[in-house]
Amino acid sequence: MTRKSRRLILIAACGSVLALAVGLILFAMSGSIVFFRSPTAIAQQGIAPGTRLRLGGLVKDGSLRRGPDQTVDFMVTDTNATVEVQYKGLLPDLFREGQGVVAEGMLEPGGRFRADTVLAKHDESYMPREVADALKAQGRWQEGGDKGGPKAGPKPVTASNGGTLGPRSER
Amino acid sequence: MIVETGHFALALALAISLVQMVMPVWAARSGDPALRQVASQAALGAFACVLFAFAALTWAHVTSDFSVQNVVENSHTQKPLIYKFSGVWGNHEGSMLLWVLILTLFGACVAAAKNSVPPRLRANTLGVQGLITFVFVLFIITTSNPFSRVVPAPLEGNDLNPLLQDVGLAIHPPLLYIGYVGFSISFAFAVAALIDGRIDAVWARAVRPWTLAAWSFLTLGIAMGSYWAYYELGWGGWWFWDPVENASLMPWIAGTALLHSTVVMEKRDALKVWTVLLAILTFSLSLIGTFLVRSGVITSVHSFATDPTRGVFILAILILFIGGSLTLFAWRAPLLRQGGLFAPISREGSLVLNNLFLVAACATVLVGTLYPLLLEMLTGEKITVGPPFFNATFIPLAIPLLLIVPFGQALAWKRGDVLAASQRLFAALAVALVVGFAVLALTWGGPVMAPVGIGLGAYLLIGSALEIVSRARGYGASRTRNLDQIGRRAIGLPRSAWGTALAHAGVGVVVIGIAAQGWATEGLATLKPGQTLSTGPYTATLDRVAPRAGPNYEEAAAFLTIRTRAGDEAGRVETGKRFYPSRKMSVTESGLLTIGASQVYASLGEIGQDGGVGVRLYYKPLVLMIWLGAVVMALGGGLSLTDRRMRVGVPAKARARAMPNRAVPAE
Repeated sequence: MTRKSRRLILIAACGSVLALAVGLILFAMSGSIVFFRSPTAIAQQGIAPGTRLRLGGLVKDGSLRRGPDQTVDFMVTDTNATVEVQYKGLLPDLFREGQGVVAEGMLEPGGRFRADTVLAKHDESYMPREVADALKAQGRWQEGGDKGGPKAGPKPVTASNGGTLGPRSER
Repeated sequence: MIVETGHFALALALAISLVQMVMPVWAARSGDPALRQVASQAALGAFACVLFAFAALTWAHVTSDFSVQNVVENSHTQKPLIYKFSGVWGNHEGSMLLWVLILTLFGACVAAAKNSVPPRLRANTLGVQGLITFVFVLFIITTSNPFSRVVPAPLEGNDLNPLLQDVGLAIHPPLLYIGYVGFSISFAFAVAALIDGRIDAVWARAVRPWTLAAWSFLTLGIAMGSYWAYYELGWGGWWFWDPVENASLMPWIAGTALLHSTVVMEKRDALKVWTVLLAILTFSLSLIGTFLVRSGVITSVHSFATDPTRGVFILAILILFIGGSLTLFAWRAPLLRQGGLFAPISREGSLVLNNLFLVAACATVLVGTLYPLLLEMLTGEKITVGPPFFNATFIPLAIPLLLIVPFGQALAWKRGDVLAASQRLFAALAVALVVGFAVLALTWGGPVMAPVGIGLGAYLLIGSALEIVSRARGYGASRTRNLDQIGRRAIGLPRSAWGTALAHAGVGVVVIGIAAQGWATEGLATLKPGQTLSTGPYTATLDRVAPRAGPNYEEAAAFLTIRTRAGDEAGRVETGKRFYPSRKMSVTESGLLTIGASQVYASLGEIGQDGGVGVRLYYKPLVLMIWLGAVVMALGGGLSLTDRRMRVGVPAKARARAMPNRAVPAE
């Protein structure tokens, strides 16, 4: 085998693995990316039911209702608009009314949001960054009060009914 | 006083690392080899200083010295003693100090390993190491000083985040850092080679033990972090493709590629430029990981206080090291004497393929991790790239990679024979297919990928065993069928052969563990005492819910009895909700019952007014194999390290002093 053909084989191998990787990335990017939306954005944009998205906002005071078999209903608001959320599973430890929350799932035809994952942060003063930004964009959130002090912001503690119950069963 | 001395020691380390950095350059300029020796002494000195600083901070934590800000923010008098120790690095400042401590420890090891590294290479390596130390100590002193005082000192501290009050914190960060930072040695070696414009098999032999050690520790660190997240976060996931996890996975993948390409360089004197590039990339990914985790770009349990100046400083460090080393690479790499090309069907050819797949997999993880950040920066649109993305990109690249693992080993160096290799692997392929189909038939209707994964794992395990057997049988004229002789030869095989086989078998174990998660099940119910919940082959009965007190928390614990479907008791688990008054925070403590390599996992939800509690029960078949496999991989790495050929020269002081300039390359 000549030097030239060896080099060609090497280049072909590099090229094909690279092409495979790029192809996989593009394929996966088109199908598995989840966008973040605030309740206002959902109200304004008319998002089609069935699209996976992340909904973020504050849990509306007094909206939490517990149903049978660990189903919970609550409202997520950014004070302009409100979305009703239904979730089946254990809520994270720091899920509270009036606190920030991020829910992942999809809209149902009736406008209700069916969440399969609910994230809340394990810190009293914590507000999910996406929620804080969304509220800031509407001028309803002031910086401050979160400087100094112990900000050991932990990993979002996630309650998920992934596994065999939800669509994310590949976990 | 001790705290101030610690602060001073850190400043001293800054000065010493400057000496460590400058001396090799000066030695090269003035041609005085004695100056090189200073770099070694400086490396030892810097380590001693940082060790003292670290000890001082530990002292402040253990004695609950609340005049130190860092202690106030992360400690509490009632905190159990072990968390007072581990709490030293359970915060930004302390963890950076641990980072630098390990960095200087590695520098000191290189300085002490007299016989394994040629003196010129060692001095240059230590110089580069000195630069890294200098920059990071500067970062700590200017932006993240752990020794700053508070006046007046409060009577009580704020306590450590309850999620971090776990043995995991004592184990996971040190292991992970030894891995992360260990790659700085490979990086320093690569940059030293570029500065010198010379690279050869001796370089590869010198750098390999360090890479191997770093890789083994990183493997353990990642596995430990994964297990910690699994039991602490309370929802049974063991890998979330979280950016913080990816940050540790990327250097691991690149380090794995580096490990393999160094072998090619050592044996065949080829792939030199590529190996140097990989060494640079691996440590660059470690730095990117540090940046992602520490700068607060990503909010997670790892991002402590977020302070913009820190992020900017780390970004500057990133640009300095990655940009600088890549520029140096572009400038100097053409000077390195290239090794020859080789036949595509050969051991080295298969290792190139291994490198290609690993680098491609690493690139997909990098894209998935950074793309959301870039998109948000550029357009303001917030997206999440989650498990579906990584499953769709990483797994298709990992499967062919795993298929060539035993295959590459069966090929000879220089010129391999595909047919002979396939014949040698015939048993592995046959058993893998039989296992795969048998499992598929037994679990008909279940997930399809799980039997595929089990078959792949079996293939890897048997492939590794076959490798040892065929090496022990010998080749050509010395080939034997005598079992006694095979046994004796197998024992006599170099430890690196056993290490390789063990590490590859570990991969097989991990693959089986991951694949078996396809059959994991879960159940969810509101239970009152006496009621039951079933999942998989097990049923849990809630016996009672009772309060109990811990050292610094109050807990409501649920006691469950796990029975098989037949009604035999398999064991008991306790799961609780702990409330930490110091932080007004509650944390769910999951309950685990280990049955063989499988686990039943219970986690407690809301406690209702009517006495009903929410309980989630998971059945995780063979889940422990995921982490045990990683331990096996690391053991394989450790075993290879003890190989005679690889042994890092143990400091032999008396002899070295007698013949200062006759360092012999280790053989």
